[in-house]
Amino acid sequence: MKTYLHIDWTSCDGRGLCTELLPGVLDRDDWGYPVARGKAGWERTDVPVRDADREAAQEAVFLCPKLALSLFERPGPEQEKRTPGR
Amino acid sequence: MDEAMWAFGRVSGFVSLALFTGSVLLGILNRSGRPLMVLPRFSISILHRNIALLATVFLGLHVGSLLLDSFAKLNPVDIVVPFLGSFQPFWQGLGTVALDLVLAVVVTGLLRHRIGQRSFKAVHWLSYGVWPVAMAHALGNGTDVSSGWFLLLAAVSAVAVAAALLWRLSPSFLETSHARQGNLP
Ligand code: HEM
Ligand code: SF4
Repeated sequence: MKTYLHIDWTSCDGRGLCTELLPGVLDRDDWGYPVARGKAGWERTDVPVRDADREAAQEAVFLCPKLALSLFERPGPEQEKRTPGR
Repeated sequence: MDEAMWAFGRVSGFVSLALFTGSVLLGILNRSGRPLMVLPRFSISILHRNIALLATVFLGLHVGSLLLDSFAKLNPVDIVVPFLGSFQPFWQGLGTVALDLVLAVVVTGLLRHRIGQRSFKAVHWLSYGVWPVAMAHALGNGTDVSSGWFLLLAAVSAVAVAAALLWRLSPSFLETSHARQGNLP
């Protein structure tokens, strides 16, 4: 299982608490919104979280003033590749 | 013993009011999205919550000690239902109103993740009502109003809260307002 940090863009207001708590994962754009470093496409909305960043991500979910963040898990890409028929 | 309860009741009331002032200021700062000198945004958010909780604890001590005091003649009913008190029912009732509002704000604040942003925020707006009501209660009901230090505390707090409110309503309030009005750095 891999952990992802989901950003609900309809709720996010670019307040920047998450970018402070996860500086290695999230950058901030000029309007204040979080941008996943080195990611493109859907990984900017469902940002992969390494084990070392899990706790900080949990904190960000708890502290986001707009309740725009959530954590979820799903099988990682490597695992998906191993599943026959996919 | 009674004397001690009375004194403690008054002092804890002042401490609570001062902490609520701090909590309102930090709440507004938190809303602006700005860090404050060495304090990052998440610390301001945590400080805002913890100072509000501490203020609530002192509010509990304030009411609790006056319940035990025979001079204040508080009834347990006076804690929830305003304007029934025997001594200065109106000013004391304002204290009850403030207490009820604080309880609503704190409980919904702590259950924010369960009740959702909309309900949380709807109730949280009440915090702007808490402060003037609590201040009016302190000024009207208190026996220390004539003392200089209390008036000084009240005046400084009022100026600080009024300034924060004006800032809250100004167009450049949000950290990102400059960029969002179309002027990129
Ligand atoms: C457990 C207690 C509390 C928690 C968890 C809490 C949490 C929060 C959060 C998350 C915000 C940001 C809301 C947003 O950005 O949309 C906020 C703002 C604010 N809080 Fe609290 N708060 C608590 C208690 C209080 C109390 C007791 C007061 C005042 C008596 C207060 C006054 C404020 C103010 C004035 C704002 C700015 C609201 C605005 O202008 O939009 N808070 N609080
Ligand atoms: S903390 Fe929440 S509102 Fe602020 S930038 Fe991150 S997701 Fe958006």
